[in-house]
Amino acid sequence: MTAAVGIRGVTKRFGDDVTAVDNVSLDIVDGEFFSLLGPSGCGKTTMLRMIAGLEFPTEGSIQIFGEELALKPPNKRPVNTVFQSYALFPHMTVEKNVAFGLEMRKVPKAETADRVTEAIAAVHMTGMENRKPKQLSGGQQQRVALARALINRPKVLLLDEPLGALDLKLRQAMQIELKDIQAEVGITFIYVTHDQEEALTMSNRIGVMEAGKLLQVGTPEEIYERPVNRFVAEFIGETNFIDGIATEDDRVRLADGTEVYAISDAPVGADVTLTLRPEKIQIHARDATNIPPERNQLPATITRQLYYGESFYYEIEIPGGELLDARLENIPSLRRWDVGTEVTISFHREAAEALTS
Amino acid sequence: MTMLDDHPSEEASPELEKKAERAESWRGFFTALPTYVFLIIFFVLPLIIITVISFTERSRTGKPVLGEWTLEWWIKLGDPLVRTVGFRSVWLAFLNTAFSLLLGYPFAYWIATRKSAIMRNFLLVLVLIPFWSNFLVRTYAWRTLLDSNGLITSIGEWTGLWGKMLFTEPAVFLGLLYGYLPFMVLPLYAAIEHLDWNLVEAARDLYAGAWKAFRKVTLPLSMPGIIAGSILVFIPSLGAYVTPDLLGGAKTTLLGNYIVTQFKSGRNWPFGATLSVTILALMMIATIIYFRKGGKTL
Repeated sequence: MTAAVGIRGVTKRFGDDVTAVDNVSLDIVDGEFFSLLGPSGCGKTTMLRMIAGLEFPTEGSIQIFGEELALKPPNKRPVNTVFQSYALFPHMTVEKNVAFGLEMRKVPKAETADRVTEAIAAVHMTGMENRKPKQLSGGQQQRVALARALINRPKVLLLDEPLGALDLKLRQAMQIELKDIQAEVGITFIYVTHDQEEALTMSNRIGVMEAGKLLQVGTPEEIYERPVNRFVAEFIGETNFIDGIATEDDRVRLADGTEVYAISDAPVGADVTLTLRPEKIQIHARDATNIPPERNQLPATITRQLYYGESFYYEIEIPGGELLDARLENIPSLRRWDVGTEVTISFHREAAEALTS
Repeated sequence: MTMLDDHPSEEASPELEKKAERAESWRGFFTALPTYVFLIIFFVLPLIIITVISFTERSRTGKPVLGEWTLEWWIKLGDPLVRTVGFRSVWLAFLNTAFSLLLGYPFAYWIATRKSAIMRNFLLVLVLIPFWSNFLVRTYAWRTLLDSNGLITSIGEWTGLWGKMLFTEPAVFLGLLYGYLPFMVLPLYAAIEHLDWNLVEAARDLYAGAWKAFRKVTLPLSMPGIIAGSILVFIPSLGAYVTPDLLGGAKTTLLGNYIVTQFKSGRNWPFGATLSVTILALMMIATIIYFRKGGKTL
């Protein structure tokens, strides 16, 4: 099956010394909700703009359903964009904004009118047809921008941090709505965001970018549970890093000499960094005997306790001197530990992953 | 605001807010007062005076005779000669505005879209440089260029396309275009520079070609600049005096010169006053229509 979007070896340089996108190759499947995630300046927006045709790649090929269009102007591409600032035309009414794409493509008047009514209804903006963008709230502008793009029935919809300007509550509501709309229309969505939570909850797959490079592509679970390097592990969620050396049988020797099991494909003797999420750590009494054998155990001391409402955070010192964060859900049976208590911590063998370099 | 700050212990009751508001509006009035006084003495009062004069009989020396009222001068506006001068003035002012826009828009667009701020400022200074020397001097320079041995005349004769233009309508047109083009470029530049280019990208993304995106987005959104520039060019062109006086001949009298003639050799102050009031009214009507029309697209 041809990919909805096929990106091959795409590089974008601005001037001589700025490489915004560095040799990115990627296939986006038809009908999927794909997020490009990364910090600002990582090249995700430039990548999106190249798919839209608002920038042209310095090298490489971009195909949509097999059709090469790396160098085609934006108006000759079967894609539409929802811009970060919405970019609604301020001199046109909601209706005119939504109808713009159809008018440009000379769709017959009667059909345009029907589709505009339908598109405005789909984003729950019926009755606002004659308002100007200035008279709308941020969330309403967002809906109009979405209607204006979707009415054209693009093969791929591009969204550039569309929820960035909204407040938290509205953002969460719009996340669900966007996801529903995507399921309904069945169009491939490419969604650019720097918000890892947004990417995790909305996407079928995520591509993590940093400094112009595509570091990892995978499902939200893969990205969170099996990050390929320190950057991905740290950017998505919170994590602990523990330095060590890989030994045989998927084990890692820590600074103090104790060995723990971890997921590892590092060669024996290689320097590795273990990544271990705070919520994967459990705390037991020092003399606990009921810890299952598939869990690694380490003696430790509680150095700090923070109350977060739905959870407790403990800072724990392990024998090598490293400080780890552990997060324990605030359930009624939770045992609490005072600062200074000597405890044993445990984590599942598959909870820790050894990252090389 | 200061009032509230002065009494931090008092709570902001509606009473206090009203007081503050009143103080604010008085402050505003006093700030504007000098300007009001100036404009009333030197603008409103003279305007009333010339309006009154336009209804008086004239004495033998051409001065108004107060107390003897007539509508003669207002009826005289219908004379063929007056009408010809009027139409010529409006036509030239219109032509000048249209050509300023035609020349000024691409130029302003080009300046506004330069990436480097230094370059933009440099180009703007170039637009302003002509103002560093006196308008009269510059108009005399045009006289030299357009005269028998002038550069422009020589080029015209060498190519066989035109002859000596001085003291003709084209000479006045060129002079006006030269004089008022910067007044078109500057507001256009300001409007285009403030444009949100995301909107143009959005139009391109919605299947508009480069030209369509310009017509549907860039042009309507730079309308404030077009309106401001057109007013700034049209109005002074309509009342222009120096340019037609120096570059035009007897056959190209414009309203400005015609009015001056009434007060001097024509010895007819009341008719001069009538013409002045008319031109003012014309400008006001033109401005209002323009703003109304422009207002809809904004």
